[in-house]
Amino acid sequence: MDALLAIAVGVLTACGVFLILRARTFPVLLGLTLLSYAVNLFLFASGRLRVDAPPLIRAGASALTNYTDPLPQALVLTAIVIGFGMTAYLAMLALRSLSESGSDHVDTDQQP
Amino acid sequence: MNAHAPILPILIPFAAALLQMAFARRRCQRSVGLLATALLIVATTWLTRLADDGQLRVYALGDWPAPFGIVLVVDRLAAAMTLLTAVLGFLTLLYASAGFDERGKHFHPLFQFQLVGLLGAFLTGDLFNLFVFFEVMLLASYTLLAHGGGLARTRAGITYVVLNLIGSAIFLIALGLLYGTLGTLNLADLANRLTLPGHDQALARLAFALLIAVFALKAGLLPLSFWLPHTYSAAGAPVAALFVIMTKVGIVAILRVQAIALAPAMPDLLDNWLTTLALATVVLAALGTLAAGRLRALAAWLVLLSAGTLLLAPAQASAQVSAAAIYYLVQSTLAGAAFFLLAGIITAQRGSTADHFTVGPPATAPWLQVAFLTAAITAAGLPPFSGFIGKLMLLMTLREVAAGPVIWAVLLSCGFLVMIALARNGCYLLWKNQTSSRPAPAAVAWQKVTATLLLVAAGPLLAVLAGPLSDYAKRAATQLHAPGAYVAGVLGTAAAKSHAEAPR
Repeated sequence: MDALLAIAVGVLTACGVFLILRARTFPVLLGLTLLSYAVNLFLFASGRLRVDAPPLIRAGASALTNYTDPLPQALVLTAIVIGFGMTAYLAMLALRSLSESGSDHVDTDQQP
Repeated sequence: MNAHAPILPILIPFAAALLQMAFARRRCQRSVGLLATALLIVATTWLTRLADDGQLRVYALGDWPAPFGIVLVVDRLAAAMTLLTAVLGFLTLLYASAGFDERGKHFHPLFQFQLVGLLGAFLTGDLFNLFVFFEVMLLASYTLLAHGGGLARTRAGITYVVLNLIGSAIFLIALGLLYGTLGTLNLADLANRLTLPGHDQALARLAFALLIAVFALKAGLLPLSFWLPHTYSAAGAPVAALFVIMTKVGIVAILRVQAIALAPAMPDLLDNWLTTLALATVVLAALGTLAAGRLRALAAWLVLLSAGTLLLAPAQASAQVSAAAIYYLVQSTLAGAAFFLLAGIITAQRGSTADHFTVGPPATAPWLQVAFLTAAITAAGLPPFSGFIGKLMLLMTLREVAAGPVIWAVLLSCGFLVMIALARNGCYLLWKNQTSSRPAPAAVAWQKVTATLLLVAAGPLLAVLAGPLSDYAKRAATQLHAPGAYVAGVLGTAAAKSHAEAPR
């Protein structure tokens, strides 16, 4: 489980960084999306991975045995919402740049 | 009422933004915005006076006690920064309401949301909440940057948004690492747990290094600063003037994290590299002022120059240096904003040559020439205005540190370069003219004149008030560099002890 998640985070980050270094806005946008997936998975894992453990304390439970930390899940939700909004705005900005300049190159001076 | 004072600076612009979205008529939005920012000045002045008793005011949102809930923490530095933000917000909004706000949609609510983000980032005592307020600030700034339209702004916007999205990702990685190693995101609780054994020190160190890197991106430290002149010179005049305080958010965040969390637990994290990079930023910015082709680009390089100068402070970890830095921060923010507003007026006055440093119709209004001279003297750090006093205070306190001679040499020679750039380019803008093509200069709206003159007048005014202001800065710096009192104030003395079990 831990190894699987670590590999997923690593692969997503690598693909994300590779795409961000492209020179056109659409790959950069996709790269940022992949990077934010990786970051969200990473944040989720910061509360430790436990299988079959709800973030709940049941009534009458005497000790915290089968329990997972709820805070990282709340953090991930916030991060997902913010990241989604930002990516949507960047998509709009990229489209506007494309329609205004006729080019989707991220660098101002170079023509594709 | 006093108990709720810390939340007011966030609630006022937030309520104003909601009202402005409900009443979409421009005139309504303007009056609501100006009224709200004026009210904000009153509220933050009151908060600053309250904070000056030296007590740490902790406001538990939803009454969840720290470290379980989110807290706002008001000390002297945070209160002073909210006051500075409120003053800058009011003046730039006054300038913008002379017509800039009509060039696009939703300017006024976004402006208020930008203020919410800025003020929240100064007030919060929780790192994840700091991330959220950063994002509020950035989302509003993305749209404000594009306000007014034009290809240059869209292009600058893409670079700016992509860079800050990457910054946000790194911020979240740092927060995940911190939560994974120390089990908390409250700054006071983090500082407390860092001093205890039982956590992975290498990981915690890495997390703080990433965090500092993100703040350095916002502040404009050298390898991460190339976006700044490009972005700020593309933004509209009032927007760029408001953006001046955004670099300061990063600087204050570095100062605070260094003083509260790093100084007791890992004091060597900022050694060796931060002073070098800050000096390199200063040199680059000084060369940039010489190379700038137009006034707004010159103003953007000046913002970078002051950011580099201020970033000399955190690495020294001394209350005297921080006190000088706080005074310098206040005066450089107002002086930088004054330059962007002046650039806006000069652009409108000179027709097609705009604010480019070429021969063209001069900006002839006498008040404009005096204002430019005053702002230039303040920015170049020449006597007798506040720029000189701020730089002098920094230099005097930095004399004691190991790198002192190098810092003196770099700051003084770069000040000389800035003086040359300002003198040469001021001549182009105000004196060298083509008499044949001199059009009658357009009348400048009173809002623009008032806002610009008030910001320019901050130079002499802060010099006159330098005594009380630097005393306040000294008290603020002393309070900032007392991490024990901060931790005890936020967590409570009993909680600080009971919390002392080993972290996960």
